[in-house]
Amino acid sequence: MTRLTRRATLAGIGALAMPAIGRAANTRLTIPFFFPIAVSGPVTKIIDGYAGDFAKVHPEIEIKPVYAGDYDATIAKALTAFKSGNPPPLAMLGAIQVYTLIDQDAIIPFDALATSAEEKAWMQGFFPAFLANGNVQGHTWSIPFQRSTAVLFWNKEAFKQAGLDPETPPANWAQQTAMGHKLVARSGDAVSRWGVQIPATGGTYWLYQALAIEAGQQLMSADGTEVYFNRPGAVAALQYWCDLAKQGVSPKGVIDWGATPNDFVAGRTAMMWTTTGNLSFVRQNAKFDFGVAMLPADAQRGTPTGGANFHIFRTASKAQQEAALLFTRWVTAPERCAAWSIATGYVATRMDAWQTGTMKKYVAAFPQAQVARDQLQFARPELSTHANQQVTLPLNSALQAALAGSKSPQAALADAQANAERVLAPYRKA
Amino acid sequence: MIRGERKEAIAGWMLILPALLLLVAFTHYPTVAVLIRSLFGQGLHGKAPPFLGLGNYRAMVADPVFWQALRNNALYAAAVIPLSMALAIIMALAVDAATGARIAGRVFLRVAYFTPTVLPMIAIANIWLFFFTPGYGLIDRLLSPFGLGNWNWLGSTATALPAMIAVAIWREASFYMIFYLAALQAIPPTLREAAMLEGSSRLNFFRRVLWPLLTPTSLFVFVNVVIDSFRLIDQIVVMTHGGPDNATTILLYYIYEVGFQYWDAGYASALTSVLLAGLAIVALVQFGLLSRRVHYR
Repeated sequence: MTRLTRRATLAGIGALAMPAIGRAANTRLTIPFFFPIAVSGPVTKIIDGYAGDFAKVHPEIEIKPVYAGDYDATIAKALTAFKSGNPPPLAMLGAIQVYTLIDQDAIIPFDALATSAEEKAWMQGFFPAFLANGNVQGHTWSIPFQRSTAVLFWNKEAFKQAGLDPETPPANWAQQTAMGHKLVARSGDAVSRWGVQIPATGGTYWLYQALAIEAGQQLMSADGTEVYFNRPGAVAALQYWCDLAKQGVSPKGVIDWGATPNDFVAGRTAMMWTTTGNLSFVRQNAKFDFGVAMLPADAQRGTPTGGANFHIFRTASKAQQEAALLFTRWVTAPERCAAWSIATGYVATRMDAWQTGTMKKYVAAFPQAQVARDQLQFARPELSTHANQQVTLPLNSALQAALAGSKSPQAALADAQANAERVLAPYRKA
Repeated sequence: MIRGERKEAIAGWMLILPALLLLVAFTHYPTVAVLIRSLFGQGLHGKAPPFLGLGNYRAMVADPVFWQALRNNALYAAAVIPLSMALAIIMALAVDAATGARIAGRVFLRVAYFTPTVLPMIAIANIWLFFFTPGYGLIDRLLSPFGLGNWNWLGSTATALPAMIAVAIWREASFYMIFYLAALQAIPPTLREAAMLEGSSRLNFFRRVLWPLLTPTSLFVFVNVVIDSFRLIDQIVVMTHGGPDNATTILLYYIYEVGFQYWDAGYASALTSVLLAGLAIVALVQFGLLSRRVHYR
């Protein structure tokens, strides 16, 4: 078909469809939906696809995804829009931002909107570990969707070369160090392969929290007004992390978050701690056999959850809020939840998603995907407090100071604790 | 007579009105608003922010991160300003037709020197992230034959800020080279011929003739490099997020962090006021003192 005739045909179709479009445009409710892009890959295409499919079922509603940058940029834009009186009705925001959003009076809990028996049952269908961050002050403030946990990746080839059993990853910290020593490979003075890398840029606190939970110490109280950075378990966790470099199992200094998966697929580290969100990347790029395991235990297994949830803004119109809830329910239906997980590597947040045929088939072919789900029984809510960034960013700095060797773990964590005490004091009175 | 003057005055005001409106809306009003906002605290649960007086400024004096950001900014400016200006002059002399070596492909060299300015900051940051990667980054590869591989440039508190400074010099020098190159080409060749006839050395010619004639350009470049050294943020956001342990946090990045991650608009305004005051003083000193010593033709 030539360009001219194609255009003519399109115009003809357009003319035929005119009355329908005209009618829809009059009554269509637009729902801007802020969405963060945290991993590379076709996430925007998938979300656009959901918005398009939703419009086929509910032509009266137009979900308009707005890709607002990374997690920090997305909440910054959402809150700025809220303060200027024009909030996005629906936004996918970090689950740990719940107190910030509550303290700004920005969001409305889902239980205030989802009141029918059917809707209440729907809210019960998510993994409790993923609901935990949003379940505070007696309400469910958010619905989990783009969620992850931390896992251990190991290079089976490297294990073989080092004389280790390629099918057995380290089960605890001591084994991880011992195996790490064997896995380090040198060419001359330079190290060509490290034992393990636990990255420390980005959200430094995240993998640190995994270590702390494993040492038996959750980092904050359930009401988000207390933190426990200077408890013995928390100090022991940081000490272990620093010791990995001191013993020559990990590179010295602060290891980069983004470079670590690249190091792993290039064979420069035999093991890495990272998010399940990197599963697709490693699967596509590793030229060797690799395994995914739960993080090694100390006193117990453990990982924080991570990622983003649906939030509905308080000052959106009632109709917009209802439409946002409708879309949230539609997109978290078991089949769609499973498809999302398979396409992105995020962990499907609904229990019934794992019972679908699609998911069962996927897990059978790629059992690594199931590790994250099995680990959920040991997962704890991610570090989240009132004035969240004012507590966690200085904690990140303190952790980096200890890893870079400019402060002892004890002193660094005491500093972070003192800062948190000062920041959180006003929230305890209220 | 008086009516005529008045008419002229009105016409004058009308002429500057568009510029005045823009200045008031986007410069003067925000400045005043920031000063006022800096006297208030955080408003939570929709309540109006409480009046704190100078509370935010007292908190600033006691805030170690503020002092570190200030120190980092001072170090950054002290290194970037002289080094990038010196490099800009050297590069301009190298590619100028009169002073440069007679090498083939001078145009290519000019383009190569100017490339960093054309590249978007995000691309520059990504290139340098690769340069600095421990183990297999470009710098470690170059060092490894000497047994010096495996430096964690961005991951250690000692080297992260110098690494940021290196990137900034690379970018700034290439941009300001163009101004020096233009200034060099505007200098009449007769001066050079006369100097050569007198038997003046190249160094002497630069010191006695070129450098004085370049002072207006140098002042312009100096003012801009100083302003740039307080405006840097994109590179920090992409490469280090101010880490490790605030080693690369400079004032503007800290303001961003307090304003848009801590949501403490009052404290962020107080920090902004200090930055504005500092820049105002720098500007006054520059135009007040330096302009007297500039040799305009």
